[in-house]
Amino acid sequence: MKRNNRNTVIAVAGVLVAVIVLATSCQQAQRGVISGSDAASKVYVPPGSYDDYYAFMSGGYSGQVTVMGLPSGRLLKNIAVFSQHAENGWGYSEETKAMLNTSYGFIPWDDSHHPQLSQTDGVPDGRWLFINANNTPRIARIDLATFETEEILEIPNSAGNHASPFITENSEYLVAATRFSVPIPQRDMSIDEFKEQFKGTISFIKADVVGDMDVEFQIMLPGYDYDVSHAGKGPSHGWAFFSTYNTEQAHTLKEVNASQNDKDFIAAVNWRRGEECLAEGVGRQFGGEYVHNIVGENRIAVSHARSGTTMIYPEDCDGLVYFLPTPKSPHGVDVDPTGEYIVGGGKLATVLPVHSFSKMLQAIEDEAFESEVDGIPVLDYDAVIAGEVANAGLGPLHTEFDGKGNAYTTAFLSSEIVKWKLGTWEVVDRIPVYYSVGHLMIPGGDSREPWGQYLVAMNKMTKDRYLPTGPELAHSAQLIDITGEKMEMLLDFPTMGEPHYAQGIAADLIASNEVRMFPIEENSHPYGVKSEAEARVERDGNDVHVYMSSIRSHFAPDNIEGIRVGDKVHFHVTNLEQDWDVPHGFAVIGARTSELLIMPGDTRTLIWNPQREGVYPFYCTDFCSALHQEMQGYVRVSPRGSNTPLTFGTGS
Amino acid sequence: MRNRPHIPALTATLVLFLIVGCGGASDSEQATPDQAGDQSSLTADQIENGIGPAVEVNLGPIDEAMAAKGEAIFTSKCAACHKMDKRYVGPPLADVTKRRSARFIMNMMLNPDQMIREHPTGKEMFATYMTPMPSQNLTEEDARHLLEYLRTQVPVVE
Repeated sequence: MKRNNRNTVIAVAGVLVAVIVLATSCQQAQRGVISGSDAASKVYVPPGSYDDYYAFMSGGYSGQVTVMGLPSGRLLKNIAVFSQHAENGWGYSEETKAMLNTSYGFIPWDDSHHPQLSQTDGVPDGRWLFINANNTPRIARIDLATFETEEILEIPNSAGNHASPFITENSEYLVAATRFSVPIPQRDMSIDEFKEQFKGTISFIKADVVGDMDVEFQIMLPGYDYDVSHAGKGPSHGWAFFSTYNTEQAHTLKEVNASQNDKDFIAAVNWRRGEECLAEGVGRQFGGEYVHNIVGENRIAVSHARSGTTMIYPEDCDGLVYFLPTPKSPHGVDVDPTGEYIVGGGKLATVLPVHSFSKMLQAIEDEAFESEVDGIPVLDYDAVIAGEVANAGLGPLHTEFDGKGNAYTTAFLSSEIVKWKLGTWEVVDRIPVYYSVGHLMIPGGDSREPWGQYLVAMNKMTKDRYLPTGPELAHSAQLIDITGEKMEMLLDFPTMGEPHYAQGIAADLIASNEVRMFPIEENSHPYGVKSEAEARVERDGNDVHVYMSSIRSHFAPDNIEGIRVGDKVHFHVTNLEQDWDVPHGFAVIGARTSELLIMPGDTRTLIWNPQREGVYPFYCTDFCSALHQEMQGYVRVSPRGSNTPLTFGTGS
Repeated sequence: MRNRPHIPALTATLVLFLIVGCGGASDSEQATPDQAGDQSSLTADQIENGIGPAVEVNLGPIDEAMAAKGEAIFTSKCAACHKMDKRYVGPPLADVTKRRSARFIMNMMLNPDQMIREHPTGKEMFATYMTPMPSQNLTEEDARHLLEYLRTQVPVVE
């Protein structure tokens, strides 16, 4: 009995231990999924539910814009902007090719860095997103009702359009500046003449009317590198600020030679003064070829060549530009929500300098100048500085704000976000990020009213954060909760291309405005059809125009005969659907271009040059219904000079 | 003996725990597969007249002006899939006003997604024709004009 009892006790104990172990392991598993420090539940957006914010991330060397949801990090869309996008025919279809025209001709790629939302009263309003092309200087406008690029303006007399496009608080202007100084106007000369001859420019571009984007005026500046910008707000509205480096004016091994000076500059530009000088006629008529591309009301892009700008020289316009000495090779220049503080991210500096706008105005009035460069007063550092943030991390780059008196600065070298207080300049928190953070983004964080809930760190190095994918890794972004005193890391998520800057906005400011389809009655494409009855094929010499319709799930016509080798066949495909999320695609064997992806009510054109006789199929590329696989047709190609009659039809 | 733990019961608990695992509770909360559209959940009126915004239609003598407007809409938005006298992508429509109530026809035009998903006739037609009747974003006025046009059609007697 005693023995039995002992066995019983052991058995009972064993079972209990097993139950406890199981229960504990379950608890741990569930904590990992939904509780933990509650990080997972904070980013969990249940199936069928929506994110709270749209995030617009630049694509960097992809040339595009990636739209993601926050807090989930879900990929929502890749918007084609400066690069051809075979996925939907952007830059390939006849209707969109013109959007990539420049004064250098058609360019299929660029490097996009800084998305910028349109603003009203200094707050993102959800109408448009703008973004720069860094390589061949351009600015694009994206319509946030369609998430399509609708206007692209080339910027003349510029090189390396990096400090661009930063918007003024009622979307009056986008500002843009040269990162690379060059001979302006361009001409043949020795690179050794950099110091004497090379110049930088700042452009003010009208932005508030669709179709009217143009360079209002430009400002000629010394040959430095103009890096990043932000416009003033509130009391500093009417000003724009640009960071500069290479005030050494080196033209080779800049890595060393452009890092000699203890201080470079932030250029403060009074653009209202610029408007006065423009009105007074002191601007000089200047050359410069550039191209403006716009999607017309018929949804077909057209290009217009433009020539010449008005150039204002600071020596002709007192009070237009001042230099604020700023240590050391400053990168970011960020204006706080009140408009009073201008933070310079001195990437090689040991402290983070913060200038005061009101002190700057006083210093200008007091003429507290320490020197002058090309007619531009250099203000006394001590007269304009509001404070220096000590221990702001190594390699500080960019700062955004939460609207509650805190600033958040990225430190590239020490891979961290540093939180500090405006006014006291005291560092109150820091959090490591993985790895080597560049820009950061708080939705509305560069506006007058930040949402102040999340911060996205955009990291330049990924290394071991994800499953390895060969030598190239997706750039990592990290979502951080900034609602508490301590920052809390919530989520890693991969991005497309290389996001530099990003912008975020509350979802409801955009979601309710979305276009779901284009009314077929309003289709004004010259080769569009409004019904299947209008579908037809017309020959004009060697040009054959196919007026084709598509609807679930057939094309009209879907049998075409009488095409000849050597013809140029224009497939103009109209999607007759009038429902949301029903695009149709179009592809044909041997087409030396991308497919078409045609939105409901829209018309898109693919040109096909049949090279060999035969009978060739075409088909719908976007799975549209249970009978999508049946959505196909044939085109018969006869030899050159053949008499095969031109016939076409569907269902006959 | 009274205080002695019951080994079989404990073992059963353990086994049950193993079977149910950590996720057991949430499984029971999941909805069963979509049973919406079960015929029993529709009213007799919905069975007869369809599900959708057309709750009242007044039919008089044929209004030629309305029918003409309906024909224009039909050509643009319906004819890619419907012929009058033969099956095309969808069913022939010359006799549709004899087969279906006026409200049913309008609801099918105005609310095809739900009709196909939930109405027994809609489900049956979807199973027959395989291509879903798309929403063409018609207004109620458009649908009324289309109905008038369909009323002018006379089936071909073979």
